[in-house]
Amino acid sequence: MPGPVLPTETLLGAWVAAGLTLFIYSFLYKDNPLFKLGEHLYVGISVGYSVVLAWHTVFLRLLWEPVKKDIIENPAALGSYVLLIPAVLGLLMWARFIPKIAWLSRLAFAFVVGFGSGVAIPRAVSSYILKQIEDTVNPLVIRGADGLSMGFNLASPQSGVNTIVLVIGVVSVLFYFFFSVEHTGPGRVTARTGIYFLMIAFGAAFGYTVMSRMSLLIGRFSDLIKYASAEYGYAALVLLALTVLALAAWEMASRGRHAV
Amino acid sequence: MIFLKRQLPLAVTFVMGVAFAIQYYIPHPVSEEAITNVSKWMQIISGFALALGLASIFHVHAVKIKRQVPGWGYSIVLYAAMLATIIVGFWSKGETRVNGAQTALGWLYDYSMVPLQGTMFSILAFFIASAAYRAFRARSREASVLLVAAVLVMMGRVPLGQFLLPWTWDVTQWLLNVVNSAVRRAILIGVSMGQVALSLKIILGIERAYLGGGRDQ
Repeated sequence: MPGPVLPTETLLGAWVAAGLTLFIYSFLYKDNPLFKLGEHLYVGISVGYSVVLAWHTVFLRLLWEPVKKDIIENPAALGSYVLLIPAVLGLLMWARFIPKIAWLSRLAFAFVVGFGSGVAIPRAVSSYILKQIEDTVNPLVIRGADGLSMGFNLASPQSGVNTIVLVIGVVSVLFYFFFSVEHTGPGRVTARTGIYFLMIAFGAAFGYTVMSRMSLLIGRFSDLIKYASAEYGYAALVLLALTVLALAAWEMASRGRHAV
Repeated sequence: MIFLKRQLPLAVTFVMGVAFAIQYYIPHPVSEEAITNVSKWMQIISGFALALGLASIFHVHAVKIKRQVPGWGYSIVLYAAMLATIIVGFWSKGETRVNGAQTALGWLYDYSMVPLQGTMFSILAFFIASAAYRAFRARSREASVLLVAAVLVMMGRVPLGQFLLPWTWDVTQWLLNVVNSAVRRAILIGVSMGQVALSLKIILGIERAYLGGGRDQ
C-alpha cells in the first residue's frame, strides 16, 4: 500500500540534497567538474547565508532597531545612540578599500585588538593557568569514615593514582616544551615521559576524530538510503546512475582531448 | 599626521587593553555594564568586518572571470549561489522557521547547506584512513604508542569494538579522562602563557603587525 505523498518542497529537497551529496562524494574517484560544482555551490551558499545572518542579527537587531526605537520614543535621551560608535568604527574598517584613507582602519583594528588583548590577560591567567593548576594538584588521600585512604580506582579521574598520573603528565609535557634547559640526565627522562604522554593523547584525539567523521559519514549514507526509497522517487538511485554516467562521459571526453 | 596614523592607534590599543584588563578586577555594576556593552559593540564591528571578507572573495572570483582562467565558470556558479541565498534570505527575513513552518531560507539550509557541510566533513573519513596508514606505520616506539592509543579509542567508541573487547570502553575512558586531560591541561597552560605574553606585547605597542604594513608603521 503506497504511503502518504510527500509535499513538493520535501521531495525537491531530497533530490537536491542527494544530488549535492553525490557530487561531493564523486571526489573519491578523482577531482572532477561535479565535485567542483558542489564545492563552489557550498562556498556561495555559506557566504550568502553568513551575509543574511549578519544583516539580520547584527545590523537590524543590535544596531538599527534599538537606534530607531530611541529616535521614535525618546529622541532627547542618549540611549542607544552610543551604538553609533561601533557603527563608525565598523565603517572605518571599510577605509581599507580607499588607499588614501586606508590608515583610518587602523583605529578600528586598534580598538578591537586592544579590547581583545585586555580581556584575554585576566581570563587566561584565572581560567586557563591558575584554574588548570588548581585542578591538577588534588589531595592524594581523602578522609572517610574509616580514616585516611588513597583511591586506586583507575575508573575514577579523582582517585589518588590518577592524580599522580595527571601530575606526572602535566609536568612532563610542560617540561618537554621548556627549551631554556638542556634535556639531559633526569631532564631527558622527564622530556621523554612527556613525549609518551603526548603520543598517547594525540593517538586518542586521532581515534576520537576518526570516529566523529565516521558518524558524519553514517549520517550522510543513512540520508542517501532514505532518499533511495520509492517515497522519494528513488532520488538517490537515479542521481547515482546519472552521476556515474556523467563521470564516464567526462572521463571519455578528457581521454579524447589528451589523445589529440 | 604621523600622530594620527601611528601614535593614535597605539594609544587606543593601550587604553582599551589596560581598561579591560583592569575591568576584570572591579566587580561593580558600571564595570559589568561596560564589558557587556563593548562586547555587543564588538559584534557590530565584526558585522562590518564581514564586508572585508566578502570584498576579498568577490575580488578573487571577479579576476578569474575577467581573465577567463580555466574553471572561471565555477566562479559564476559561486556568485549565483551567493546571490540566490542572499535574495532568499532577505525574502525570508533571515528566519529559517516561522511558527514551526520551514521558510525558503530554512529549506536552503536544510537541503543544501547541511548536506554539503556534512558530506565535506565526512569525506575526510576516507582520507583520514589513508593518512592513518602513513602516520601509524610503527616505525618507532613513539609511533607504536600513538597507534595503540588510536586503535583502543576507535574500538572503545563503537558497539562492535565494545562487544569484541569489552575492556576497551574502560581503557578509552581512562585515556580520554586522565592521560588526554593531563596533556590538554599542559598545552592549555603553555598556550595561555603565550597568549598573556602576546597580549602584553600588543598593549605595550611592541607587537604592531595588526596595524598592517606601510611606511607609517
